[in-house]
Amino acid sequence: MSRLATRFTKLNGDHRKALVAYIVAGDPMPGTTVDLMHGIVEAGVDVIELGVPFTDPEAEGPVIQAAHERALRHSISLGDTLEMVREFRERDATTPVVLMGYLNPVERMGYQSFAEAAGNVGVDGLITVNLPPEEAGALTVTLDDHGVDPIYLLAPTTTELRAAKICAASRGFVYYVSLKGTTGAGGLDVDEVRSRVELLKAHTELPLMVGFGIKDGATAAPIAAVADGVVVGSAIVELMRIHEQDPVALKSAVMDCLAEIRLALNASVA
Amino acid sequence: MRAYLSEWGFENDDGVGSLYTEMESWAQQQEKFMVSKLIGTNETLGAFPDQSGHFGTYGGRFVSETLMAALDELSAAYDLLQMDPAFLAELASDLEHYVGRASPLYLAERLTAESGGAQIWLKREDLNHTGAHKINNCIGQALLARHMGKPRIIAETGAGQHGVASATVAARCGRDRTVYMRGEDIERQSVAVHRGKLLGAEVVPVNSGSRTLKDALNEAMRDWVTNVDDTHYIIGTVAGPHPYPMIVRDLQSVIGREARAQFAERQGGLPDVVTACVGGGSNAMGIFHPFLEDASVRLIGVEAAGDGLQTGRHAAPLNDGIVGVLHGNRTYLMQDNAGRIAETHSVSAGLDYPGVGPEHAWLKDIARAEYVAVTDAEALEAFRQLNLLEGILPALESSHALAYASSLAREMRTDQHIIVNLSGRGDKDIPTMAKIDGISIS
Ligand SMILES: Cc1ncc(COP(=O)(O)O)c(C=O)c1O
Repeated sequence: MSRLATRFTKLNGDHRKALVAYIVAGDPMPGTTVDLMHGIVEAGVDVIELGVPFTDPEAEGPVIQAAHERALRHSISLGDTLEMVREFRERDATTPVVLMGYLNPVERMGYQSFAEAAGNVGVDGLITVNLPPEEAGALTVTLDDHGVDPIYLLAPTTTELRAAKICAASRGFVYYVSLKGTTGAGGLDVDEVRSRVELLKAHTELPLMVGFGIKDGATAAPIAAVADGVVVGSAIVELMRIHEQDPVALKSAVMDCLAEIRLALNASVA
Repeated sequence: MRAYLSEWGFENDDGVGSLYTEMESWAQQQEKFMVSKLIGTNETLGAFPDQSGHFGTYGGRFVSETLMAALDELSAAYDLLQMDPAFLAELASDLEHYVGRASPLYLAERLTAESGGAQIWLKREDLNHTGAHKINNCIGQALLARHMGKPRIIAETGAGQHGVASATVAARCGRDRTVYMRGEDIERQSVAVHRGKLLGAEVVPVNSGSRTLKDALNEAMRDWVTNVDDTHYIIGTVAGPHPYPMIVRDLQSVIGREARAQFAERQGGLPDVVTACVGGGSNAMGIFHPFLEDASVRLIGVEAAGDGLQTGRHAAPLNDGIVGVLHGNRTYLMQDNAGRIAETHSVSAGLDYPGVGPEHAWLKDIARAEYVAVTDAEALEAFRQLNLLEGILPALESSHALAYASSLAREMRTDQHIIVNLSGRGDKDIPTMAKIDGISIS
C-alpha cells in the first residue's frame, strides 16, 4: 500500500480528520525547510504538501506568490525540492509528501526523469495546478510507473460530469478548492462547501481534502465536519514572511498555528 | 490506468497515452502538410487547431480547474457566434464604422527607394481607432462578452495599447473594466495609464515577479479565477489557453484578408513576402493566416533581439527558446534549465514577453513561416527612418518588422513585393525616444 493510502486508512480507523499543510520549498531559507517539515509533523500534520517554487505562480494569491519569490531568490529548483524530500525521508519514512506546483519545471526535467527521481526520493503524489486531466495522459502513465499519485483539483465551477471523470483519474486523494479565487482568499461559505462535498463523495472512495480559505481552528472545524481533511497554506506561509530572519521563532510559530488547528479538528469529531 | 486513458479519450491499446496520440496526430498533420506542399497548395493549414485546441503538439489548455468551465463556455459561445450572420454583420459594421476599416495598404516609395530593392508596402493598422491592431480583437471579444452576458471585462497590457483598446470597447458597450498593466517603466506609459482612466477603467500597475507583460497576464488570470462568473477576460494576443489563440487569430485575420485583396487589386497577384513583428504574435498571425495556403508567399515573423540574441538579453523565444508550458498553452518559451521563466528584454514593452502564440510555434516547426530577430538598435533606426522618409510615426514594436523588411528588400529584385504589417502608431513611444535622445519632455 502507498504511504498515502496507509496514512488515510489509519486516520479513518482512528476516526481522525487529516491535516494537510502546505509550505514552499526553500521558503524562507533553503536550510529551514527540512527542519520545518519535521516540526509540522510533530505539530500534528498528516500529509505535507511541498510547493515547488515557480516564477509564474498564476493561481496563487499575494502571500504564496511572495513565498515563491523568496525561494527563487535562493534559486531553489525542482531538483533542489526533490533533494529536500530525500533528506526529510532520512528521518521520516511514513509521512506522505506531495509536491504541488506548475507544469513547466516538470516538463523541463522530462516526465520520465522526474517520475523516476520523485519515486526514488520518496515523493508520494503530485498536484500540478495548471494541468487538467485532459492534458495529463502522458505524465499520468509515467507517474504511475513510479508509484507517484496524480492528484487533481476540483473547483466550485466543475460540472458534475467533469467531477466524476476527475475523481476517476485521481489517485491518493481528491482536493476540493473551496472557493473561486487564488490561494489565501477569504469568504469561505461553509454551507456551500458542505453541499458540494456531499455530491462529490458520490463519485469517489478516495479521501476528500478541502483547501483554500482555511486559516485557523475556527475555519477548519466546520469544514472537517463534512470533509475527510483540510489543507492549510497561506496562514503558515504568512508566518514565513513575518519570521523570515528568525528560524527558531518561525518554527515555533508554525507549530503553534498547526497545533491549534489539530486540536480543533480533534474536537470536531469527538 | 487503461480506464483513465479511455475516459479522457486516449484510448489506444498500448497504454502510452496522449503522448502517443499527440505524436500520431502530429505525424498525420505533418504528412498532410508535406502532401499539400507536393501538390503546390497548403490547403490544410487553415484548418487548425484541432477540437481540443492543439496545433501539432502546441497549444492546448493548461489552466487551473476553476477556469475550465469558463473556457468551455467561451468555446461554446464562439462556436455559435462564428456562424451567426447577425453577429458577423455586427462585427463587420463595427470594424467599418467604429474602427475605420479597411486600413490602407500604402506603397512606401521613398522607403523602397532608400533600400533599392523590393517594393515595400505598409498595412496601416496604425490608422485604426486607438492606434493599433489590438482593437480588431477587442471589438469581437466585446460582442462575445455581451452575448455571454458578462458585465465586466478585464485585460492585461504591456505597452498600453491592448489596455486602451479593451477599455475603449468596454466603455462603448457599457461593461465595467479593469486593466492590469506592467509595472516596469509605468511612468513612461503614463499617457496610456491616464487614457485608460479617462475611459473609465481601473488601471492596476503590476509589480509582482518581473513586473513585465507576463506578470500582468498572471495578475489578470488571478482576477479571472476570482471573478469568473461575471467577468470576461480579453487576452490581447494569440496566446493563452484554447480557444483564445484561435479566437484572437480569427478576429485579427481581417488584416490579412484585406491586405491580400488590396494587393491583388492594386498590383495583381500575391506579394513575395509578408512580414510582421511578433510579441505574442497576434498582428503577425492576423496578417499571415489568410496567406497560409499560398505556398509562394514567404511569411516572416520578427522577434525582439533586444541587446542581441547572443547576449541572452532579448525576447525571442522562437529564435532562442525551449518548448514548455506557460499561460495556458504549450509553446516555445524563454526559460532556464530548471524550467523557470526567464526575464526578457526589449526596448518595446509590447514585445517584451517570454512566450509566443502556439500557432507560430507550429508554423516554425513545419517550416511554413520563418522567424528572425531584430535588435533594439536596429528597430530604433527603422523608427527614425520611417518618420524621416515617409512622415509616419510607427510603434517601436512595428519598427522591428520595418527594420527587417528594409534589409531584406535590399537582397530582392525591384519587381518583388514585401508587405509589412505596421501594427501600430508610435505616439506612445515618444517618451521612450525622448529619454534615449536625452531630452526632457515632461
Ligand atoms: C503596436 C503593437 N504591435 C505589436 C504588439 C505585439 O503584440 P502581438 O505580437 O500580439 O501583435 C503590440 C503589443 O502591445 C503593439 O502594441
